[in-house]
Amino acid sequence: MALKIVKGSIDRMFDKNLQDLVRGIRNHKEDEAKYISTCIDEIKQELKQDNIAVKANAVCKLTYLQMLGYDVSWAAFNIVEVMSSSKFTYKRIGYLAASQCFHENTDVIMLTTNQIRKDLSSPNQYDTGVALTGLSCFVTPDLARDLANDIMTLMSHTKPYIRKKAVLIMYKVFLKYPESLRPAFPRLKEKLEDPDPGVQSAAVNVICELARRNPKNYLSLAPLFFKLMTSSTNNWVLIKIIKLFGALTPLEPRLGKKLIEPLTNLIHSTSAMSLLYECVNTVIAGQYSCSVGHIKSHLLCVQKLRILIEDSDQNLKYLGLLAMSKILKTHPKSVQSHKDLILQCLDDKDESIRLRALDLLYGMVSKKNLMEIVKKLMIHVDKAEGTTYRDELLTKIIDICSQSNYQYITNFEWYISILVELTRLEGTRHGHLIASQMLDVAIRVKAIRVFAVAQMATLLDNAHLLTGNMQRNGICEVLYAAAWICGEFSEHLENPVQTLEAMLRPKVATLPGHIQAVYVQNAAKLFATILKNQEGNTDSTAAQETSQMMIDRLPLFVQSANLEVQERASCILQLVKYIQKLQQKDVEVAEEVSALFAGELNPVAPKAQKKVPVPEGLDLDAWINEPPSESESEDEQPKAIFTKEEPKHSRPRHTEVDEKELARRREARKQEQANNPFYIKASPSSQKVYQEAPGVEHIPVVQIDLSVPLKVPGLPMSDQYVKLEEERRQKERAEKKKKEKKKRKEKRSGRGKKHDSGPESEEDITPAHVVDIVTEEMPEVAQEDQNRLPSPYLCRVKVCICMFCLCRPLADSEKLPVRSHRAAGAPKSSAEDGEAENATPQEPKKKSSKEKRDKKKDKERDRKVRLRCWKHFPPSGHKSDSRSTQSEGRTVVTFLVFPLPRKVCDIQGNLQDGSQVVVSVIFENKSDSFLKSMEFNVLDSLNSKLQRPEGSGPHDGLTVPFQLPPGVSNEARFVFTVQSIVMPQKLKGTLTFIVKNEDSSTHEKLDFKLHFTCTSYLITTPCYSDAFAKLLESGDLKSSSVRLEGVNMPFHHLLARICFHHHFSVVERIDSCASMYSRSIQGHHVCLLVKTSGQTVSIDAKCDEPTLLGNVLDEIKQTFSQC
Amino acid sequence: MVLPGELFYHSYQNSFKNGGCASVTADLSAEDMQQQIIRETFHLVSKRDDNVCNFLEGGSLIGGSDYKLIYRHYATLYFVFCVDSSESELGILDLIQVFVETLDKCFENVCELDLIFHMDKVHYILQEVVMGGMVLETNMNEIVAQVEVQNRMEKSEGGLSAAPARAVSAVKNMNLPEIPRNINIGDINIKVPSLSPF
Repeated sequence: MALKIVKGSIDRMFDKNLQDLVRGIRNHKEDEAKYISTCIDEIKQELKQDNIAVKANAVCKLTYLQMLGYDVSWAAFNIVEVMSSSKFTYKRIGYLAASQCFHENTDVIMLTTNQIRKDLSSPNQYDTGVALTGLSCFVTPDLARDLANDIMTLMSHTKPYIRKKAVLIMYKVFLKYPESLRPAFPRLKEKLEDPDPGVQSAAVNVICELARRNPKNYLSLAPLFFKLMTSSTNNWVLIKIIKLFGALTPLEPRLGKKLIEPLTNLIHSTSAMSLLYECVNTVIAGQYSCSVGHIKSHLLCVQKLRILIEDSDQNLKYLGLLAMSKILKTHPKSVQSHKDLILQCLDDKDESIRLRALDLLYGMVSKKNLMEIVKKLMIHVDKAEGTTYRDELLTKIIDICSQSNYQYITNFEWYISILVELTRLEGTRHGHLIASQMLDVAIRVKAIRVFAVAQMATLLDNAHLLTGNMQRNGICEVLYAAAWICGEFSEHLENPVQTLEAMLRPKVATLPGHIQAVYVQNAAKLFATILKNQEGNTDSTAAQETSQMMIDRLPLFVQSANLEVQERASCILQLVKYIQKLQQKDVEVAEEVSALFAGELNPVAPKAQKKVPVPEGLDLDAWINEPPSESESEDEQPKAIFTKEEPKHSRPRHTEVDEKELARRREARKQEQANNPFYIKASPSSQKVYQEAPGVEHIPVVQIDLSVPLKVPGLPMSDQYVKLEEERRQKERAEKKKKEKKKRKEKRSGRGKKHDSGPESEEDITPAHVVDIVTEEMPEVAQEDQNRLPSPYLCRVKVCICMFCLCRPLADSEKLPVRSHRAAGAPKSSAEDGEAENATPQEPKKKSSKEKRDKKKDKERDRKVRLRCWKHFPPSGHKSDSRSTQSEGRTVVTFLVFPLPRKVCDIQGNLQDGSQVVVSVIFENKSDSFLKSMEFNVLDSLNSKLQRPEGSGPHDGLTVPFQLPPGVSNEARFVFTVQSIVMPQKLKGTLTFIVKNEDSSTHEKLDFKLHFTCTSYLITTPCYSDAFAKLLESGDLKSSSVRLEGVNMPFHHLLARICFHHHFSVVERIDSCASMYSRSIQGHHVCLLVKTSGQTVSIDAKCDEPTLLGNVLDEIKQTFSQC
Repeated sequence: MVLPGELFYHSYQNSFKNGGCASVTADLSAEDMQQQIIRETFHLVSKRDDNVCNFLEGGSLIGGSDYKLIYRHYATLYFVFCVDSSESELGILDLIQVFVETLDKCFENVCELDLIFHMDKVHYILQEVVMGGMVLETNMNEIVAQVEVQNRMEKSEGGLSAAPARAVSAVKNMNLPEIPRNINIGDINIKVPSLSPF
């Protein structure tokens, strides 16, 4: 025996160890793969040995090979063997290998559970430590579930080294097994005040990560963190806490105010840049929600950021710019004053910094400085090497100029010439972007058309310059726009014949098909115009010559391979031939030919369709053909922009599929619009979709080295406009001054819009051209999007929030309808829908003067109060999404209701104390008036009572302890006492408040209903199958059952739905049968056995309270009847 | 020169901190993905000058715009961390410094080859700094102390039976080429005011 061991260790001496392997790989640079494959063979031999030392050595080498990118999953079992060695040395090697190689799908992980549990409880703290470290890398939901308890015990280990690791790994466990959060949370909270700074830091770390996912639940910890922040001296902990506050302040405005003082102190006192930077960040985040700006702290932030940006350290410069962009969102003015600095950063050699600076520029432009900034950017475009950065510049220029409906452009001739200059970029991918801008401007700015047409004609004339290395660059897209503009507005052309000739050149045939098609069609338009001009003359030969030219040139296009080109060309060719015949007979044809293209194209808003009433009897939601298979539509998630544009539906949705299908159709329509020049796009980005030629970057583009910038003869340089514009403005200013003296007095008494910056205020610069602005009404949903539901995955981690029902206010005189955003909502007629549209909040910024007048009239109508109620139940992890907006008279109200038991902050809430429910209500003022003296009152029922302060009568209302300035929301909590939870409850209530306007104040009242369903009294409670079996055997439970017909969804969806909406947890699932469990706040057990066959689902249920059970089952039934 | 494992470890570990797998595509195995991340990261980082900032905005490969690459450059080595927005950028730069200084202490004047030949040890040290993608410990003395205790345990366990193996490996190591030691930790051109330790 002894001999064997000695022999083993002698053998081992000559095995390769890790160092040998590394050395070998370095010595075999040429045939590395071959060398490694022989090594792997050796390792395989070694793994077959019984000696654990040999195995460990082999696994160690494998770990290294894995890092080099070799698949070693075949050795997973050997890794487990090494992990289970009793020696620390080998155990460590095993766990390291496991942390590198194991992932969720590694099947041997199942075998490790007991081994890990043993290691976790090992007397040697380093065995435990190694196991924790390894587990943190490969924890699976199963492992998390099985080991959660062991790890929780470790959180109170005597050694801080273990406590620290145990606390940190809990985050991973929460992610994989969310149910563990509730029981573990009190202990985690405890660890925030651990004597060991490392453990404390780990706990802060974990809570910060959790709070990042769902800040709302951790608001209650704010005081504790506040204490930590003021007492801690550890910068790492401070940074984390300050970051956490940054996430919390947007939810709780008062917190922001409270934080300002300690944060400013820190900013002044700290020497650590990292801490200072985070403080500044959080102060900025706080101001985001504060309606009252804290000028002092704000100035301090901006001033500190300026110091950062001016620093020679590039890192600080970068971070300074990053933070600036956050300020820009709320206080653009204060960033604008640092324009010089930011423009300077554009010259930086670091691309990260240049890109950040570019982002900032977007928000800094004003009418005054737009030309100057764009001029700077144009210089950069010329200088920039590398197409990616240049393309970035190009898109930024266009973004900056076109933002909010060309708000900042005062001179469109200048803009057109900028666009034309941009077409000279070699090899840009954004030709279509420029093209769409040209079209947009030419169509919408009538005054510019003459100029635009002249420019476009020159472009067409010089098309050969653009198409130098044709097809490869996207710039030829510009010709698409040029041809269309010249054709459509051909009456403005100076020399139409020349343009026509340019459009029919043989070289055109090399352009992409869609551009050729536009060429052909617009050649016809031009032809019509030319005929009209020439027929006035006595000489008819000119007209006939033009016809002849058409007939000569068009056959080229008739032969085109592109169907569209061919079809159009042959139609037009025949037409021209016919015209020629008539001309020869001296018949006047011009009138008739131009009638082909008669009528002016007017810009149409993308949403104009909504204004068109749906004809009676037409159901847009009905299927014309049978719906495609469900799987297809499921994959297709509607894009973000479409979820915002949720249609204003008066009818309830039938199924979810319907909605998706609608989104899909909308997308298709959008796509169509994007390709259609006659539609004004909502944004230029919608065009990107169809460009994107694959692999463009890989084609080598020959750079032509020109010392002189390429100039197309006859094209104006945009620079001269800058000068012209200056002159124009000066002239205007002089005129203004004369008038100003008279007006000044009136102005002061009028609306108090003052601009104190600079000698010339924004308002004073009048645009040289007027844009036809088609304002888009923002559907209300877009604003609610901030509250949109997080993805289901994130939801699972959530603890406290659970919204259970929707209460619509009682509206006796419902003049305006309910608009249901999601599932719920009462059916309404479409006539009412029209009115609702008027009440949608209008985008306040850019409005034509006419609309401004309208707005005044509508001021009353625009007033909206938004009320939302939450009730929380801590343990369940989901939200239902029924929601509705109701406008009653002139007030729009949204109600969301969540119940929460007495102790929302203490997650281990006492279940015996289940007779009290806290309803927290969020009041959101959506009007532009000030709301005050709010009083909340509920009509008590026998079962549920609103708890009122002592001494007040049973019908007194509760004063809401705050006032609401416009656009502000705040939360108030009301406690209810509930006697019995076995029946659902509806409570009627009213909210009274005073609406204060500038000149008047009125008293308003709002009715609402609180709906306490039985489901809302249930708490998701995990239950193990053995406990579950015992419970069923006990025989105390009454049973009941329900059958659901026509449920057409996969079984796991069905289960998820029950879990989601009714707070159950799955105990066990076998094929198409599952047992589920939940518990009420008063401790009733509810057990379900769900079986499915085909479309029938049968639910057998047991509960110790038959009434509660009956109601819960009814609610489940209702959930499924809605879908 | 970059250490593939090292670079990989950080980017991989951190981008998977939250259990998401934003960057893993189905048709690539984990190893292919890992190599691709390393290659691209190295490509991005290595072409940057020394006097530019140490942050790189996240591409799609490392998990989207919420992620940043934060790196430090020491002589021939790049230490790259991939972090999300919950970490302080300057804090992570400090953490890299802590990590490298710890390596220096544990290897006694660390050099590039130490790291190459003792990948396992580097990992053990890193595991005391970052665990499962979360910052575990930032105090260098604490880290060094824990690493040393564990190394002592390993030695005592090895005892007699490991002695011959150690002797052989010592003989093998004699052939190591003479290499410039020291990767000049003091000589860094990034100045970040250090965070105070625990």
